[in-house]
Amino acid sequence: MQDIDDTDRKLLRLMQHDPAASTSQLAAQAGLTTASCWRRIERLETAGVILGRDIRIDPKALGYEVEVSLRITLDKTHSNAFDVFIAEARKIPEINEIQTFLGRVDVRLNVLARDMAHYQDIYRTRLLALPHIADIEALMLISNLKNSDILPL
Amino acid sequence: MMDLDDTDRAILRSLQKDGSLNAAAVAKRVGLSQPACWRRIRKLEDSGVISGRSIRLNQEALGFGVTVFLGIKLATRGRVSVEDFERAVIAIPEVQVVQHVLGLYDYRLKVVARDIADFERVLRRRIMTLPGAGAVDSNVLLSEETSPLLL
Repeated sequence: MQDIDDTDRKLLRLMQHDPAASTSQLAAQAGLTTASCWRRIERLETAGVILGRDIRIDPKALGYEVEVSLRITLDKTHSNAFDVFIAEARKIPEINEIQTFLGRVDVRLNVLARDMAHYQDIYRTRLLALPHIADIEALMLISNLKNSDILPL
Repeated sequence: MMDLDDTDRAILRSLQKDGSLNAAAVAKRVGLSQPACWRRIRKLEDSGVISGRSIRLNQEALGFGVTVFLGIKLATRGRVSVEDFERAVIAIPEVQVVQHVLGLYDYRLKVVARDIADFERVLRRRIMTLPGAGAVDSNVLLSEETSPLLL
């Protein structure tokens, strides 16, 4: 990994806060020429510091009104509980995030549903049927107050 | 909320796969003219279907080795203003996500830190000192996989 200097950090800060900014806009704000700004971005991409660009889609716009975080503790007396559980969870299309943790909770699933009836149905028929669950607790999303992936560079 | 037709969904699928595509590249993939595609993307953005854009950075390469999810319960309901808590927590730069939730906890946070020692500093100096913060439950992220939203 190449060293990242203060100018790179400044550039990344600017890009994080305005992902749609053009190279010339970024250059002006970072005090660089457009050519050297472009070279730096190119280098950060090649070095794998900038991995890509994403759009965020509002699930509600797609008709998903209900979003639930299921925090699951697994029965670890089964040596392969994690692998078996995750392989099965991947098959459920309404799950859009699977995370594993070190802590009181082992796995978290993010579940999207059209409404409460739909959620209830997924919960009963698919989620509770997942293997090796010792305990489940649900957090239902009321509102997103902050949702960014901005790093404090 | 805007009604999405099949072409809108195709545009969203392309951009979900690669958010760096410009209108011309998306147009080619979904079989539209560039101006028509540009107008549709613009409409998806204006109506909030596309709620934002972001740069995906390599967290580890930039020195952020630890991600922790916190569940926080407010300690004294009613006596502490929820607005004070929310305003203070949103302002912490290491806190990327703040969700108001219903369940065992009141808020769910995502925190990034350089290492566990740095996380401890954020937890002690910034989180535990929040007005009204009660019980805090921390879970350190080990792995994460996401799949695209169903379109």
